[in-house]
Amino acid sequence: MTGKTGATAAERAEPQTALDVDALLDDRETRIIVCCGSGGVGKTTTAAALGVRAAERGRRVVVLTIDPARRLAQSMGLSELDNTPRPVKGVAAANGGELCAMMLDMKRTFDEIVIAHSDPERARTILENPFYQSLSAGFAGTQEYMAMEKLGQLRARDEWDLIVVDTPPSRSALDFLDAPNRLGSFLDGRFIRVLMAPAKVGGRGAMKFLGAGMGLVTGVLNKVIGAHVLTDVQTFVAALDSMFGGFRERADRTYRLLQAPGTAFLVVAAPERDALREAAYFVDRLAADRMPLAGLVLNRVHTTGAPQLTAERALAGAETLEENGIGDGTSAAAGASGGSTAAEAVAAGLLRLHAERMQVIARERRTRDRFVSVYPDVPITEVPALPGDVHDLDGLREIGARLNSTPA
Amino acid sequence: MARTQEGGSDWEGVRLHVVSGKGGTGKTTVAAALALALAAEGRRTLLIEVEGRQGIAELFGIAALPYEERKIASVSPARLGLPGTGTGEVFALAIDPEQALLEYLDMFYKLGRAGKALKKLGAIDFATTIAPGLRDVLLTGKACEAARRKGPDGRRAYDAVVMDAPPTGRITRFLNVNTEVAGLARFGPIYNQAQAVMRVIRSAETAVHLVTLLEEMPVQETVDGVAELREAGLPVGGIVIDMVRPPLLDEAAVRAADGDHREEVARALVDAGLSGRSRSAQAVRTHVEPLLDPLLEQAREHAERVLLEREQRAELARLGLPSYQLPLLGEGVDLGGLYRLAAELKSQGAA
Repeated sequence: MTGKTGATAAERAEPQTALDVDALLDDRETRIIVCCGSGGVGKTTTAAALGVRAAERGRRVVVLTIDPARRLAQSMGLSELDNTPRPVKGVAAANGGELCAMMLDMKRTFDEIVIAHSDPERARTILENPFYQSLSAGFAGTQEYMAMEKLGQLRARDEWDLIVVDTPPSRSALDFLDAPNRLGSFLDGRFIRVLMAPAKVGGRGAMKFLGAGMGLVTGVLNKVIGAHVLTDVQTFVAALDSMFGGFRERADRTYRLLQAPGTAFLVVAAPERDALREAAYFVDRLAADRMPLAGLVLNRVHTTGAPQLTAERALAGAETLEENGIGDGTSAAAGASGGSTAAEAVAAGLLRLHAERMQVIARERRTRDRFVSVYPDVPITEVPALPGDVHDLDGLREIGARLNSTPA
Repeated sequence: MARTQEGGSDWEGVRLHVVSGKGGTGKTTVAAALALALAAEGRRTLLIEVEGRQGIAELFGIAALPYEERKIASVSPARLGLPGTGTGEVFALAIDPEQALLEYLDMFYKLGRAGKALKKLGAIDFATTIAPGLRDVLLTGKACEAARRKGPDGRRAYDAVVMDAPPTGRITRFLNVNTEVAGLARFGPIYNQAQAVMRVIRSAETAVHLVTLLEEMPVQETVDGVAELREAGLPVGGIVIDMVRPPLLDEAAVRAADGDHREEVARALVDAGLSGRSRSAQAVRTHVEPLLDPLLEQAREHAERVLLEREQRAELARLGLPSYQLPLLGEGVDLGGLYRLAAELKSQGAA
């Protein structure tokens, strides 16, 4: 990121545009919301909270999550989430709204594609292939690809009018958008085509074309990854070949679906340097891929009800009280019943707490303003921090309300 | 290397420190601080990154790291608040799986120019993509190799190697390379490599440390991660509780302030000078009264958090593992902060 800092950023009090989350949820044209961001910023919780709020505002919503966080499933009253959308009970279904939730099972999703797109005999060959098994369980990018695949499927079923997707916690911001192409281009890759040539034309063509070089290559690979692996791959790709065109086509279709006006990307971050740096990468990447960015959700932003009392004055006040001959705030409880000095100790504690809060707020604001100065056009909503974690639908509702608390 | 002092560390004999944790817990920072702490007393450590994020370069404020071990920091005892004179060194390495495979192939087959051909044809990319297990073997293999490498003088090249590893959710699979490649290679160099890597990883020379925050989800993930590691027979190290904030007021104090003592607290705030120079009823009403409710609300939130943290602490204590606490550095972690965290780890016995 080009870290533009300095006075211009510091002077700007509020982001130039506020993100109106309710308007986004209420807009019937919004059919897909994709939440992306780095790990640990509350992305999954945000997706769930958006789902609850949209459903209670009359949308028929399905939330697709990738993160197998048990607590989140529990917070929606589901003992666990699986590959099938399950209705979430307890959501106030106003105006025909409803909420379903599911968690991506990449292996099963992959299996379903194979079964749906080939005859039983061929499907069995593929499913039993050892290479397929390692590909479907752990291929770098399979999760991202399958998330896209599932999204495409959900959209095609047309049972819901809003799909909220929580993207995989990718180590790099680029993985998710690359997913549709990655698997395709891998299967379409030059090397795999060369490998396939012998299987297709009886071995002659490729060998002739590459001469002894190919022998060396396959020889080395056989030694390194085991002789049966290349055979497995060849068998697999041969079996997959008929449905291969379908793979690419669907991946491309999902990619175009994401670019369409009915899709809104929300970049989720916390007001911390690293999280906002990641957010900046996402914003850049979405722009580069011409994906429709709705705005930035800034989670866990601290606020205060007493902004008029500065950190400096609060600290000075605490020191004055402490100089009056009592300990620090932590020992306040011990003497809480002891009259005025105990009250002074508590008051000193309150003031220190407030000073700390004001410092946190100032730091978060600086971090946010640096982002704003580089991306002045990105609408932002700030979600005030909750003191604890979210456990239930009420918690998700509270987050939903807080998603809309940025003063317009 | 001069080793001036033995003892004091909970991990004496451990050469490979694997640092994992849920996303957002400060895994990379903790790994870097641990590498600095382990370099104290004139030692030499290597900090390894495997996910291609260049987090180390970012943290140390240096240019992107190449696939090459290079020195990134010197650690004088004074910087860690220790006596003595031996200056330690921290090296860093960002492992690139493709290059690691080429290097590896070259070791066995003397590829020469054929290596370039393999790369050009996409065979290297192909090999590391079709088999994530292969990728992991190369990454862990490189770390194990560095941990065991000996210099010309017969001494270890590094006193310790610290790996900034994949997050908790993936760590067991990542380290358990044996099972990963089992379906892939049943003999041959990769199989042998996996065996050798497993021997190091399962040995007393390795410890897998998990970084967490005092919040429910990271703690839950840590508890699950420890169970998984134990089940796979991998050596669980310590728990690093990151970004700890000091409790300023406890629940009892908050209750006291909120109840009958509200008036007294208000008077104390006047004594603190918050009504300005005037102590008139008017000044108290305009300056102190409006502060009371917000301040008490903040105190209630604080008390709730302290309570929650206590529960999480108890949850972690049940794991029965050595644990270390690192303070939250308000302004984010810069180089100075990194040394402060290293000093904390050192003084608590993590290094």
